[in-house]
Amino acid sequence: MNPNKEQYTITVYTENQIGLLNRIAILFSRRKINVESLNTSPSEVEGIHRFTIVINETEEVVRKLCRQIEKQVDILKAYYNTDEEIIWQELALYKVPTEEIAEKVKVERLLREYGARAVVIRKDYTVFETTGQREETAKLVEVLEPYGLIEFVRSARVAIIKDSHGFHEKLKEFEKKEPGEEVVENEYLDQQDKVFTM
Amino acid sequence: MSNATTTPAPQSKAKTTAAKKAAPATREITGSVAVLDAFIEEGVDTIFGYPGGAIMPIYDALYDYQEKLKHILVRHEQGGIHAAQGYARSSGKTGVVFATSGPGATNLVTGLADAMIDSTPLVCVTGQVFAHLLGTDAFQETDVINITTPVTKWNYQVTDATEIPSVLAKAFYIAGSGRPGPVLIDITKNAQIQKFNYEGYTKCTHIRSYRPKPIVRKEHIRAAAELINQAQRPFVLFGQGVILGNAEKEFKEFVEKSGIPSAWTILGLSALPTDHPLNVGMLGMHGNYGPNVLTNECDVLIAVGMRFDDRVTGRLDKYAKQATVIHLDIDPAEIDKNVKAAVGVWGDCKETLPLLTELIQKKTYPEWLKRFKDYYKEEVDAVIKDELNPSTEQMTMGEVMKVLNQLTKGDAIIVTDVGQHQMVACRYAEFNKTRSNITSGGLGTMGFGLPAAIGAKFGAPDRTVVSISGDGGFQMTLQELGTIMQSGIDVKILVLNNRFLGMVRQWQELFNDKRYSSVDIVSPDFVTVAKGYGIAGQSIDRRTDLEKAVKDMLDHKGSYLLEVVVGKENNVFPMVPQGCSVSEIRLK
Repeated sequence: MNPNKEQYTITVYTENQIGLLNRIAILFSRRKINVESLNTSPSEVEGIHRFTIVINETEEVVRKLCRQIEKQVDILKAYYNTDEEIIWQELALYKVPTEEIAEKVKVERLLREYGARAVVIRKDYTVFETTGQREETAKLVEVLEPYGLIEFVRSARVAIIKDSHGFHEKLKEFEKKEPGEEVVENEYLDQQDKVFTM
Repeated sequence: MSNATTTPAPQSKAKTTAAKKAAPATREITGSVAVLDAFIEEGVDTIFGYPGGAIMPIYDALYDYQEKLKHILVRHEQGGIHAAQGYARSSGKTGVVFATSGPGATNLVTGLADAMIDSTPLVCVTGQVFAHLLGTDAFQETDVINITTPVTKWNYQVTDATEIPSVLAKAFYIAGSGRPGPVLIDITKNAQIQKFNYEGYTKCTHIRSYRPKPIVRKEHIRAAAELINQAQRPFVLFGQGVILGNAEKEFKEFVEKSGIPSAWTILGLSALPTDHPLNVGMLGMHGNYGPNVLTNECDVLIAVGMRFDDRVTGRLDKYAKQATVIHLDIDPAEIDKNVKAAVGVWGDCKETLPLLTELIQKKTYPEWLKRFKDYYKEEVDAVIKDELNPSTEQMTMGEVMKVLNQLTKGDAIIVTDVGQHQMVACRYAEFNKTRSNITSGGLGTMGFGLPAAIGAKFGAPDRTVVSISGDGGFQMTLQELGTIMQSGIDVKILVLNNRFLGMVRQWQELFNDKRYSSVDIVSPDFVTVAKGYGIAGQSIDRRTDLEKAVKDMLDHKGSYLLEVVVGKENNVFPMVPQGCSVSEIRLK
């Protein structure tokens, strides 16, 4: 691997438009860049969406990529940051046989040690949740593996840029001045039988 | 249209605008009529298209608009979109295309990619299956939005007629503003049929998430002017940005005041008259000798509306490393993309060039300019002389261009296809007017020429349009002879036939030990083919017939095909071999 590659978190503020996910995703796949993690959600400002994308690349590539992203019509702004410049978390869920936890003190201790919280407890299995950085959530998988880990899933990274105050204010002002358009969804998908077609 | 049923209109969120107080008088129209009304409002006069099932309601509405909107029935959707590109490039207006769903839409893809990379403003409207059928593998359904996302500046699917006026307004605004590009609007059939209360059309002039023009930063202009004023050997490279920005006058003033030798990319060709004393010729792989060599000797390189394509730069790590680069471009993503700029002047060159011209000193660089001339003399001796006045028995493409120049006096629009003839045409064609060179530069689309020439003629009906193709590319879209026949348009078709796929053959000769793999192409009798379409023509293979034949073609009333049989294994030189620096350009 190129030693100049580093983990970058790209934060993209966008309109809420159908198809935009694809428009962003193809900018990566076109260059054969693997997306390590992708999260999309509404932002703190109504009408503006936020993508958080993690890739391993050189700064040069990431900078150019962000310009290409920003160039797309429905995109407001794209930032890129190194891990030092952000606060980030991932959420992980672990499903383990209940009897293992109930019977083995060691497992219980482990879960506490990793700050895991029980989400669901059933007779046959229990689902725990942790939040943390990749190494932390991954480590728990490793230690639970010998105790019959049934299933594991991890969310995409969500990240807050440490130095983001200015943009947040601008964003709010922007949305207030020019509210976004509402998404128009396909309202006909369940109306097959009512429409004449040829 | 046999289908009189209107679909029930479910509550649409798009109707928020319809609830305005004191609403103006509305009338009920269909989505199809709304499309055509938008065209009229946007000043569209010509549509290139091909009907089909999913776009029938729009074609039905078009029946009543025949007086206002000229529809050119093409023979293939690819021909339609290339024609729209030619129209846009010759007229400066946005080209408009209709195609149906499925294969109609997928046939547009090559043209979209071409228009995207060459920044050509287009609005393509495709029909789509009924909204409720989306995703069911319905007849002629294809996911055209996702297929075209990488090759459109913007695209959008309409499933409700109420959206049509505002979406088309956005489409025209996006296609034509900033760095232009193709936009595709996919309209489901129910939306075409659906009736809604139409409040009239409002042009779009602003989209909150879209910045067509970056804000011009005066400090960058000052920094650029300072560099230019201190330069000893400055060199200007100009591209299509000058033409797209309608900034030919501003550019000429800049060049004349600065006194800087200027060379063009093939899309920038014709932005500055060929015979301008500071026009030093063509950049890139088959460009002129001096501009390529001296790129690596200039001290300040000023790039105006061009994007440092690899065919222009050759090896990047040996490209103009000694020079301080100033890059003027409307697209911020272009600055530093390929060549790092010391000063990036973001903005429309129509605005930035006058600001720059004001701050620079009036200068001349006689010594420096002479170096370009000296290299040109060397190129004349080694290449140009034999190309324009050959002693070989077989004709060269260059001498055909020479005769064409003499007869058109640089006034014609020359539309080329892709390959050797394209490089020769760009190298030797003379132009007095802007928007006269139309070619597929970025994508290199064989088959572009003939349909683009048809469109160019519709875009500039008073000008002579000459389509130049090779025997290979001409066969890729020659079905558009049918479009010429039916529309009665006057396009001069020059086919330079070397009985080879010449450019690939040249590479095989130079780099693959003459292993001629699949480049030997057999052609039909082009004159007979043309005759089948009611187009007059002749074929010549003797030099003595050349001048008269070209004159006959140009003087003929109506379209005319002239095939000129040229040397089978002629090469285009100079040439920067792939992987080499521009200064390693070969003369033979």
